[in-house]
Amino acid sequence: MSLARAGAIMVKDLMSAVLLLGSYSFFLSLVWASQGAVDVAFVEAVVGAGLATVLFLLTLFGTAPKDTRLQRPPPSLITLIIFPLLGVLLLYAAKDLPGFGDPNSPASLHISPTYLEQSYQDTLTPNVVTSVLMDYRSLDTMIETVVIFTAGIACALLLRRQA
Amino acid sequence: MFDAIFAVLQRPNFLTFVIIFLWGFYIMVTRYNLVKKLIGMYLVQTSVIFFLVSISAKEGATVPILLSITEPVQAANYANPLPHVLTLTAIVVGVATLGVGLALCGAIYRKYGSLDEQKILEKLE
Repeated sequence: MSLARAGAIMVKDLMSAVLLLGSYSFFLSLVWASQGAVDVAFVEAVVGAGLATVLFLLTLFGTAPKDTRLQRPPPSLITLIIFPLLGVLLLYAAKDLPGFGDPNSPASLHISPTYLEQSYQDTLTPNVVTSVLMDYRSLDTMIETVVIFTAGIACALLLRRQA
Repeated sequence: MFDAIFAVLQRPNFLTFVIIFLWGFYIMVTRYNLVKKLIGMYLVQTSVIFFLVSISAKEGATVPILLSITEPVQAANYANPLPHVLTLTAIVVGVATLGVGLALCGAIYRKYGSLDEQKILEKLE
């Protein structure tokens, strides 16, 4: 996974960068499946690895076959200073976070056991993710489709020929 | 000092998140090509989603699909489903914004004939 990611950044040809990004996305979905998030893994494999790669490729075919060899600018001094500093600051926060795989982490304690225990009585669906997404949080999901609709309209307006 | 390093090594998910996040952010800031910048943005998105999903993992827990519908549920046996739902929404919305960004790239290319930031700035002047 990290190889694919490094390749997506290092490689000079834009087309191979996009294809490597797709494979990175697919490996990421495998990582999520191994962490117990099968629904997320499915969505990432379909939407992330599939749809995003197709969108990138459509843009590349539509735009710049000549322009795809990239030159890489040397990073400026400010970025060289700020990025390690930002990394150290972020890592300094690690002490306050729950450990990896901790069953008593705050995210797993407050309301989430209630969802796991009650959801079958409430919704008659064994898949808890589905019952939360489509039943408890169904309004969120509905408005999410509005977001996607807006994005579709924006794409259609931008890609009009006689604009 | 050693405390902090030990705390980081105990949380490999957070270390991975920081690496992917900074790497994608760095790409967004330094590269001139607009599609490359969008690749960086996608890396930042996936890093945040990776962090949320890894929070939901529990030691020795299985996927949040109930194994038996008659027995009472032990919550410690299943991974936390709430971050999964959150990230499902985040992935789909992220790809939608990515699509809008790519459409913008296409429109820019049709107007200026290049995806390179510097060439576009030259043409703007």
